[in-house]
Amino acid sequence: MQAVFTRPKTLKDTPTHFCPGCTHGIAHRIVAEVIDELSIREKTIGIPGVGCCVFLYKYLDIDVLEAPHGRAPACATGMKRVLPDRIIFAYQGDGDMASIGTAEVIHAANRGENITVIYINNSVYGMTGGQMAPTTLLGQQTTTTPYGRNFRTEGYPIRMAEMLATLEGVAYSARVALHKPKYVMQAKKAVEKAFTMQINEMGFSVVEMLSTCNTNWRVSPTEAIDKLENEMIPYFPLGVFKERTGKDFL
Amino acid sequence: MRVLTKGNIALAEGAIQAGCKFYFGYPITPQNDIPEYLAKHLPRVGGTFIPAESEIASINMILGASAAGARAMTSSSGPGISLMQEGFSYLAGSELPAVIVNIMRIGPGLGGIAPTQGDYNQAVHGGGHGDYRNIVLAPASCQEMFDLTIKAFELADKYRNPAMILADAMVGQFQEPCRLTPKDPVIIPQKPWALTGAKGRPAQLIKSLFLGPGEMEIHNLDLKKKYDTMEQNEVMYETRHLDDADIMIIAFGTPSRIAKTAIQFLRQEGVRAGLLRPITLFPFPSKAIHEYSRRIHKVLVVEMNTGQMLRDVQLACHNGTKVYFYGRPGGGIPYPDDIMAQVKKIL
Ligand SMILES: Cc1ncc(C[n+]2csc(CCOP(=O)(O)OP(=O)(O)O)c2C)c(N)n1
Ligand code: SF4
Repeated sequence: MQAVFTRPKTLKDTPTHFCPGCTHGIAHRIVAEVIDELSIREKTIGIPGVGCCVFLYKYLDIDVLEAPHGRAPACATGMKRVLPDRIIFAYQGDGDMASIGTAEVIHAANRGENITVIYINNSVYGMTGGQMAPTTLLGQQTTTTPYGRNFRTEGYPIRMAEMLATLEGVAYSARVALHKPKYVMQAKKAVEKAFTMQINEMGFSVVEMLSTCNTNWRVSPTEAIDKLENEMIPYFPLGVFKERTGKDFL
Repeated sequence: MRVLTKGNIALAEGAIQAGCKFYFGYPITPQNDIPEYLAKHLPRVGGTFIPAESEIASINMILGASAAGARAMTSSSGPGISLMQEGFSYLAGSELPAVIVNIMRIGPGLGGIAPTQGDYNQAVHGGGHGDYRNIVLAPASCQEMFDLTIKAFELADKYRNPAMILADAMVGQFQEPCRLTPKDPVIIPQKPWALTGAKGRPAQLIKSLFLGPGEMEIHNLDLKKKYDTMEQNEVMYETRHLDDADIMIIAFGTPSRIAKTAIQFLRQEGVRAGLLRPITLFPFPSKAIHEYSRRIHKVLVVEMNTGQMLRDVQLACHNGTKVYFYGRPGGGIPYPDDIMAQVKKIL
């Protein structure tokens, strides 16, 4: 019998801590598959931020450094300067990357650090119990926006993939989604592209992944998929916002 | 050969001689000579300088570089060091070596750029969260800025712990003749724990998160054992004229130099004063202070703050000892006359 679907070598055989229905795990699997397919497991180092992503080392069979909340791009910068021929990626949530760590990601991107950031946007702070994130949609209820996010008091949801794409140092910036097979395939292509950019020393690459947090959205996993499709994608359009072709920087 | 060198420059050159190839930092007076010197000279040894976007980024770049097995350093002053505290805690919790330099400026707040020792408590007793210790070295001369920087890298690697050079702006700025070659050959240890990609070995992990029941307590007890070993093996201090002293002055950094002058004058007048200068502020020379204070019952602590090391001295001293304090917390320097007057008042 031919095996058509197997566990990627880089993905450990271990029970998940993610809530049932959460798409964080899909992101892990995509990263593991890409690492396998590019044959870079033995030279890849992962740097998760703080949040539901912190347990990266439980799932990926690679070297892992756990960074302080928001600082993974700075840690990755330091590490990459020491080990320029290794593949180094940060794995951050939206609270981690678009809130506390905005400065670190913008400047790492702007320096054109040859690293990759996998950015999970689920529009809330997951691990701490569903507080508002910078990506929380207008009107969205969270524990800290109990009446719904209001732009007059909390501002607007921040679009990181577009923002980062404006920086010269960025080689690749894309937004994908994780809630349906079609999107998962696209997401994998984007991750592959981002890692390939790094392998080819093209500069900073980032893949924003729209992800569900059914637990903190207080909906069922299937409703979460609909919410992502109908509410998140209209505000956070999918696509590639920057793709450098030549190696030359400006 | 000795050359006339500024303290900050001696320190920066010390880092290069120690095999530090990675410096990340953000400007703040009075320590800017350090990044400026390293920006110029690290490339000559194949090193990397990054003008980081903030002190938070600097210390986290250090975290990444150190996890990859490199000798890395950052430097700052007052407000910048405050921003780095989270990083120190993570370095200590993750058992990563790093050298951090604090050329202290007056505070709190934006304060000013004059010399002070106001960051003693922050350096020695925490600053960051959790149960951890920094190794803290306090140079008092340009030569020590060089030598102790090399020592800081050695200790940081030996214990896989952050080590801080704590110097006031005077030590950073004054110029003295200085030997800019290491006394002993620099040896950089192998770092099999470093993250380099899991080639030919199982994947490795560097973290400070311990969520399992009891795990954090075990980790903290392990760290405590390490700090106890430092207290056993790494205490450094200097003494002057303590054998026959009626009063022991305790001071570190610039005030210790001024105290030496005061002691010289006092002795000319027949007053038997001596000095104990802690070189390591953690581990603190508590045992030595205790032993001396069994015989010398009067102790004067001189600091450029309102009495931060004073507490550690009080804890260390023998029961019967009277501990006095003289401090200048606002950028003012304690002159020899001031110290002499204090000593005469006490005796
Ligand atoms: C300095 C600091 N501030 C706050 C926290 C608490 N904290 C842990 S996870 C988290 C939010 C993470 O949210 P996100 O990055 O969106 O990840 P998710 O859990 O949703 O995957 C916060 C605020 C922390 N650990 N450190
Ligand atoms: S809290 Fe949200 S993001 Fe975290 S595991 Fe659960 S569903 Fe996923």
